[in-house]
Amino acid sequence: MGEPMRIRAQMAGDKVEVRVLMSHEMETGQRKDGGGNIVPAWFIQNIAVMHGGQTVLSAQWGPAVAKNPFMHFRFAGGRVGEKVSVTWTDNRGDKRTDEVAITAG
Amino acid sequence: MTRPHKPVVAALLFAAGLLFGTGAHSQDSTAKALQEYRDALQDGNPAELWEIKGEDMWQQPRGPNKVSMEKCDLGLGPGVVKGAYARLPKYFKDTDRVDDLESRLVHCMVSLQGYTRAEATRRVFGGPGAAADMEALVAYVSSQSKGVKMNVALAHPREREAYQMGQKLFYYRGGPHDFACATCHGEDNKRIRLQDLPNLTSKKDAQRAYTTWPAYRVSQGELRSFQWRLYDCFRQQRFPELLFGSDASVALTMFLARNANGAAFAAPAIKR
Amino acid sequence: MNSVRREVLKAGGGVTVMALAVSAGLLRPEEALAQAAWNKAAFETRSFADTVKALGGAAAVENPGVRFASPTPEIAENGALVPVTVTSSIPKTESIAILVEKNPNTLAANFVVPNGTEPFISTRVKMGQTSDIYALVKADGRYYYAKKEIKVTIGGCGG
Repeated sequence: MGEPMRIRAQMAGDKVEVRVLMSHEMETGQRKDGGGNIVPAWFIQNIAVMHGGQTVLSAQWGPAVAKNPFMHFRFAGGRVGEKVSVTWTDNRGDKRTDEVAITAG
Repeated sequence: MTRPHKPVVAALLFAAGLLFGTGAHSQDSTAKALQEYRDALQDGNPAELWEIKGEDMWQQPRGPNKVSMEKCDLGLGPGVVKGAYARLPKYFKDTDRVDDLESRLVHCMVSLQGYTRAEATRRVFGGPGAAADMEALVAYVSSQSKGVKMNVALAHPREREAYQMGQKLFYYRGGPHDFACATCHGEDNKRIRLQDLPNLTSKKDAQRAYTTWPAYRVSQGELRSFQWRLYDCFRQQRFPELLFGSDASVALTMFLARNANGAAFAAPAIKR
Repeated sequence: MNSVRREVLKAGGGVTVMALAVSAGLLRPEEALAQAAWNKAAFETRSFADTVKALGGAAAVENPGVRFASPTPEIAENGALVPVTVTSSIPKTESIAILVEKNPNTLAANFVVPNGTEPFISTRVKMGQTSDIYALVKADGRYYYAKKEIKVTIGGCGG
């Protein structure tokens, strides 16, 4: 399931400014634990940001995206009160979706 | 959005100079570049993930009694969170002791939610893959004092006593290295490796240091509370373990928090 | 429904096809996401040139239309958290990828930017050591890049 994301979607002129923080370890698979054993890779692979049934951003990530990932982008065509949802899936098949309403700038 | 303060980085400059070339010009540009890096981290501080989790935990009925923390009195009345952190530690009549935020949260988890003390303090610091509920609560409560001026009182005799005990602890030398807090934090321009250390005996540094904890610690990927900050300083000094919420830890917090009075609280922050 | 899904996949499985399928109501967003296959080969590459190939390009050319914007620092105090911001003024920008040359694997992230979304992305990557980073933009089927060195004082891959 994962922990809740922090999503902000705010009007900036005629665009929607989206900032997303995700709670995820983003283990590289290169790190060793206290016992000298490799900690298996565990990271978000796919992300989709949806608005009004359309994908406004999608991404594929490797383990080099920083722990507790952050992304920031802008899209056109959104209005105050409409929903923006973010879904991620990781390499263990875990996934999480959160959504927020667009707020005034 | 908090702006990090200008770094006091003579030490950092020196070390960075070794890495990236020397001379006054490159030192200036290195300091400027590091400042740009620190500024860049301010937008999207992962501490916010702990804040939303802590807010949820505050509101959810939890523990054997299935009640929320919303009746917890952090000093400004039951359930008042806004501005509470900027006035802690303080004396509480019901516990008849000076409490900091963390010891007060333990008190509420025990008295309201019905946890045992052992349950409430089982995991107070998070580690890889296992975040601590306590640090989430601390993140939420402290975030509600952002921008509020530190205003820690020394009105009650017990508060004055705690401050004096904290001051003594700050200067107390001991351990195998004959160290005190003041050994590292009593003069300007001290450092550990590349890290510049605040001189906690100067008003400006004391204010900046206290008002930027709790913080998301990049190197650990964790939100760290002020209790953790002190715990880890004691570990680095090779002192006996500083027990969570102990009188000693609260007294030292009282000394440092009071010395930050007048400065706007600016945490949870983000640090290297 | 399943046969439709297979047809969609057969049609290429690309993100555009998926977006069409979602907007046509054929797929729920989560399903589209699960099916946009993660490009394992691209994330296993060890050089800029190999990444470009694995993403489907022949070669990439440096172009001033691709830019690292603020915040992208000159120095990262901690390689575990390096802010990177990329913008593209190249018409028909379709995707923006971020690559770190000296990481164990070069490709860090690839963002697909549909019509209506600004060709701008800000995120944070890990860097094991001082390295060149690349912003690789696909626009109208061609690949363009910008390059910048970021110095790292503490490596970000050891833990």
